[in-house]
Amino acid sequence: MNNELIPMQPTYYEEVQRKGYSRRDFVKFVSLMTAFIGLEQSAIGQVTKALETKPRMPVIWLHFQECTCCSESFIRSSHPIVADILLDKISLDYSETLMAASGTQAEAALKNTMTKYKGQYILCIEGSVPVGADGVYCMIGGKTSLQILNEVSEGAAAIIAWGSCASNGCVQSAKPNPTGATPIHKLITNKPIIKVPGCPPIGEVMAGVIVHYLTFGKIPELDRIGRPKAFYNKRVHDTCYRRPFYDAGLFVESFDDENAKKGYCLYKMGCKGPTTYNACGVTKWNGGTSFPIQAGHPCIGCSEENYWDNGRLYDRGSSFAGFGIEADADKLGEVALGVTVAAVAVHAVATNFGKSKTIHEHQVEGNESEHELES
Amino acid sequence: MANKYLHIPRLRRVYVWEMPVRFYHWLNALVIVVLIITGFYISNPLGLLSHFDASHQYTMGWFRFLHFIAAYLFFFNFIFRLYWGFVGNKFANWKQFIPTSGRFFREMWTVFKIDILMLKKNGKEQDHLSIGHNAMAGFIYFLTFIAFLVQCLTGFGLYAGMSSWWLPKLFAWVPAILGGDILTRQIHHWSMWFFILFAVIHVYLVFYHDYVEGRGEMSSMGGGFKFIEEEMFEKNAHQTPNPEKTAK
Ligand code: HEM
Ligand code: HEM
Ligand code: SF4
Ligand code: SF4
Repeated sequence: MNNELIPMQPTYYEEVQRKGYSRRDFVKFVSLMTAFIGLEQSAIGQVTKALETKPRMPVIWLHFQECTCCSESFIRSSHPIVADILLDKISLDYSETLMAASGTQAEAALKNTMTKYKGQYILCIEGSVPVGADGVYCMIGGKTSLQILNEVSEGAAAIIAWGSCASNGCVQSAKPNPTGATPIHKLITNKPIIKVPGCPPIGEVMAGVIVHYLTFGKIPELDRIGRPKAFYNKRVHDTCYRRPFYDAGLFVESFDDENAKKGYCLYKMGCKGPTTYNACGVTKWNGGTSFPIQAGHPCIGCSEENYWDNGRLYDRGSSFAGFGIEADADKLGEVALGVTVAAVAVHAVATNFGKSKTIHEHQVEGNESEHELES
Repeated sequence: MANKYLHIPRLRRVYVWEMPVRFYHWLNALVIVVLIITGFYISNPLGLLSHFDASHQYTMGWFRFLHFIAAYLFFFNFIFRLYWGFVGNKFANWKQFIPTSGRFFREMWTVFKIDILMLKKNGKEQDHLSIGHNAMAGFIYFLTFIAFLVQCLTGFGLYAGMSSWWLPKLFAWVPAILGGDILTRQIHHWSMWFFILFAVIHVYLVFYHDYVEGRGEMSSMGGGFKFIEEEMFEKNAHQTPNPEKTAK
């Protein structure tokens, strides 16, 4: 990000002050963010400096096929500065949901940011792009989502794909995907894309991604799937406080049993924590209050690609298409095993008829040899 | 005196499975059994009734530990067998597994007719086609090796996320390609059933061949020898793909 080229803007710190926050609040916020993005304590100074000196970053936030849970999560993230400064009044040049303008005014604001900050703005995308039926399923101002995406991404410095919708298609792309819902990385390939999956992603994680970009002027380190390593390099299972019960083999067997009261592991209730990469166990939700597993509900794997089609929510195995709702791999396996054993038994019986001559000859030979020994 | 029994075919002892192959085979069989049992537990742990606190037991932990130990043994054993497919004797050679010639396919078809459909060939119930694996068995082992590969890829792919050693980390691309751990784990689970079905059929067929052919099939994985009728040996010897010969 080349800040010099951005027309004069107030810095974040100036805005923080203008909103009536104290220096103390500001520093608290910075330390919190520094910790979330997984930086060392010494980086607090760096983050503070960035927010004090760098002019605010222009952000365009597009909403396609989505439910707005990502925005909801973001504006409710623990520290009020996140909502107030990073998103609310200051940073957002365009967001269908949160801005005051509407209609032509809104479109003008979008055009304005796109031309004024060409090559510098961050494009945040919430929702997937329905490409089915020429894109009629989601149109804004007479344009399809795909048209808007192509136009706006053109001048973006980087793209943040908020939530599972933009990162992997989420529920609207579940089979048979009637609207052709498509995640961003399958449509835009010439820009850096940060995927921040989750339904929704944790607010602090979203803020952390933005602060990281602000501070260092480049996208955070991503894993193979394109998610920031700082938040997605561990499975929920690896940081879950119920893990000792898992290791001990102590499991909840039904939601209302004694084990559930004792807080045993929810693995057998279908918990997807062992296959889900997210920060829920560490960062938790709603300002660190709790997270689903703490509330007694198994993880459903909301930040994983295809979690809808890859299995049932309260069961670990997945059903097999074409074999009925109840048939999972083990039921099929048991049937196959039964058939195999039966086939083997039939073959064994058939052998005694089909190969009777050979077997008989061998026996005669063997007997003759035995007699030779006797004589 | 002995002339009286000359019509009884003489058997010739052939060293088919060398020591490394036998060692590989039994280690492999053992770890696969361990992997299946521990895998079943990991996928659907028994509801243990226990009055102990979590701090006093480590049941799932031990099952997973065993699974991973067995997994490493399985992996290195598998690599070793691949290596032995190039340096071992002709019965262990990779050419015994991969259909590369029309003869291979014809032999598979014959085995299918004789051993599975119980048809006769030229009025005879048996046709001694092979000394090591028959073509059908060889091909099934080829599929088995593919299943080994699938299990190693998905297994180590899952393990990559929990390990700090570079070896499992080399497999981190597997879940990334499959779109995450959920599907990777399900594929890992599904292919376990291949091993179970394979073991049932395989052990049955070993008994079958021993019973019908009387050539020491079962003991061959113990001592390494099979017994071939002298005349069959002479007749068929040239048909067995012999890497040593073709190399010259
Ligand atoms: C879980 C159990 C078992 C597994 C997974 C297994 C696996 C295998 C594999 C992969 C091969 C191919 C070997 C090679 O050349 O690399 C093989 C061959 C063989 N196995 Fe097993 N095995 C099992 C049990 C047994 C048992 C119980 C016996 C005998 C009592 C046996 C006897 C043999 C024999 C004789 C061969 C050579 C077969 C032929 O060429 O047709 N196996 N086995
Ligand atoms: C014959 C070979 C194998 C069989 C039959 C087998 C079977 C299984 C099964 C049934 C599961 C449970 C899956 C579920 O939850 O539905 C499992 C889990 C697992 N296996 Fe294997 N496995 C084999 C080889 C391997 C290998 C070579 C590795 C390599 C490290 C491996 C690593 C794992 C891991 C990491 C898990 C997940 C454990 C956890 O998250 O706690 N497996 N295996
Ligand atoms: S509740 Fe879920 S995430 Fe937590 S230890 Fe059990 S299986 Fe793992
Ligand atoms: S615990 Fe699992 S399902 Fe719940 S929010 Fe976290 S990743 Fe999503």
